[in-house]
Amino acid sequence: MAWAFLTPALLLALYFKFIPMFEGMRLSLFDVQPFLGDIWVGLDNYAKVLTDERFLSALWHTVVLGCGQTIAAVLLGFGLALLLEGQARTLWFLRTAVFLPVVTAVAVVGELWRLLYQPTENGPINSLLSFVGLGPVPFLDSPHTALASIMVVGTWIGAPFNMLIILAGLTGVDRTLYEAAYIDGASVWQRLRYVALPALRPAITIVVTLAAIRSLRVFTEVYVITGGGPAGSTEVWMTRVFSLGFVSNDIGVGAAASVLLLAATLLLTLSVQYVSRRRARR
Amino acid sequence: MSAGGTTTTSGGRVRRGSARLDTTLGWSPRFGPGLIARAVLCSIALFVFAAPFITTVAAAFDDNSRATEFGFWPRSPTLLNFEVAAEKGMWEYLVNSLVIAGGGLALQMCVSVFAAYALARRRFRGQAFVLLGFLLTMMLPEEVIAIPLSTVLSDLPVVGLSLRGTVLAVILPVGMWAFSIFVMTEFMKELPVEIEEAARLDGLGDLRMLLFIVLPLCRPALGVIGIFGFLMVWDQYLLPLIAANDQGDFTLPVALSILANDFTVGPGVVLAGSVVALVPSLTVYFCLQSSMVRGIAAGATKG
Repeated sequence: MAWAFLTPALLLALYFKFIPMFEGMRLSLFDVQPFLGDIWVGLDNYAKVLTDERFLSALWHTVVLGCGQTIAAVLLGFGLALLLEGQARTLWFLRTAVFLPVVTAVAVVGELWRLLYQPTENGPINSLLSFVGLGPVPFLDSPHTALASIMVVGTWIGAPFNMLIILAGLTGVDRTLYEAAYIDGASVWQRLRYVALPALRPAITIVVTLAAIRSLRVFTEVYVITGGGPAGSTEVWMTRVFSLGFVSNDIGVGAAASVLLLAATLLLTLSVQYVSRRRARR
Repeated sequence: MSAGGTTTTSGGRVRRGSARLDTTLGWSPRFGPGLIARAVLCSIALFVFAAPFITTVAAAFDDNSRATEFGFWPRSPTLLNFEVAAEKGMWEYLVNSLVIAGGGLALQMCVSVFAAYALARRRFRGQAFVLLGFLLTMMLPEEVIAIPLSTVLSDLPVVGLSLRGTVLAVILPVGMWAFSIFVMTEFMKELPVEIEEAARLDGLGDLRMLLFIVLPLCRPALGVIGIFGFLMVWDQYLLPLIAANDQGDFTLPVALSILANDFTVGPGVVLAGSVVALVPSLTVYFCLQSSMVRGIAAGATKG
């Protein structure tokens, strides 16, 4: 019985996860030529990826974007959680509204922000900036500001999600500890630092891990908002893989780059697990 | 959204030092500088996270959207943008999206329920292996397998069929989602076994047991995997992009970029498409919100 019930899940996993995974590893070792037959090239594809300048700059952009938006989204999410904690009806309404970016499809978010980032003087954000006397910013049109603009979008999506997990963590903090701290004369800051933060450690670990993994594989936002431009200034690992695999049909090299991304993701996940296990044991 | 609800575990045992200990920062409910500061910060948060949506909706209904400006209300309301978007095939894309979302979600929920019942109620040889396999698929970013998946889709191994260009090319790959299998499994494990044992004595088979006894008890968990599954399928971007034969197979979120890069139409048209793509996710979100909070909280504690 058990196997009969598991068959659909196992079949789908086999066909659409595991076979593609092994096929990807196989392809990464070949020079793939449709209709002409594949040629074994060993690790040449990997060497190509690691020496390709565009891949190296894509790696740099991915790391900058990942670190920037992970840190910003965790801090902002934490701030939002502290601000919107409570049972009042108004707070519930605010949490619902703030959470909207998370449930919206990323492609739609991308189009939204392309509107907001209109580089003209009367673009939505630029007209707000002109209120406080700041000149029109080119945002997505300039190689200097495009990556930062995408980072803002990533933070905007990530912060409310982090807020919800941190709020769930805050619910788990024993309120008697707050009372004890209050009676002992601890300030609000001390209560936050020595009572709430240690209790939130698991929640924050999860939030940071998820955000870091998500930003390694970032694709849709960048593809929709800038497509990697202007002048390659926002090209990330996955947009590079996409243009190799589906535009210039350099499938072997694209597959090799994908395998490297998988390795990085697994390494990150396992090392976080390892560190948090060790800390828990102490 | 009740995750912020703070329960006072102390009850009345300790003298409550006022409501100020309900929240970590000790926000005071009484009028004063604290309350004003909180109200100001809340308004800023509301503005930052909700205003972009309102501006988009306003601009989508605005005739004069060539000059996209900041506003909460269309200056000259019109449905023109939606009409032009319809001419460009928006409703066909929406139908693609809805078929894929409906089919994908139905398949995903069935697959998850069956797999979860087996995992929660049976012990069998190779169980650990199966669990490990599902866990692995969770750690495997779908972007990583995009290139080989597109070759698999155009020539399924063993069967030798090509799914490319059909809705099945998107529905089948999203049919197995380890997250919803695990949520379902955890929930079923919590259900009391006694009911099933009694039903077993009445001679109920495995399939009828699952459908008539277990499933009705699983409604909260079905809500959780329903909302997360829908949002997950609706958010698919790379998969419909690589599974399509031509633009006619695109889903609405993917087709937005066609509207955006169409220089014969103004920016208002892509916003009209965005608003239409927004409606299903928002509907599902507002209807099943409490399930969503429960799901995220459960996922967070499980890690």
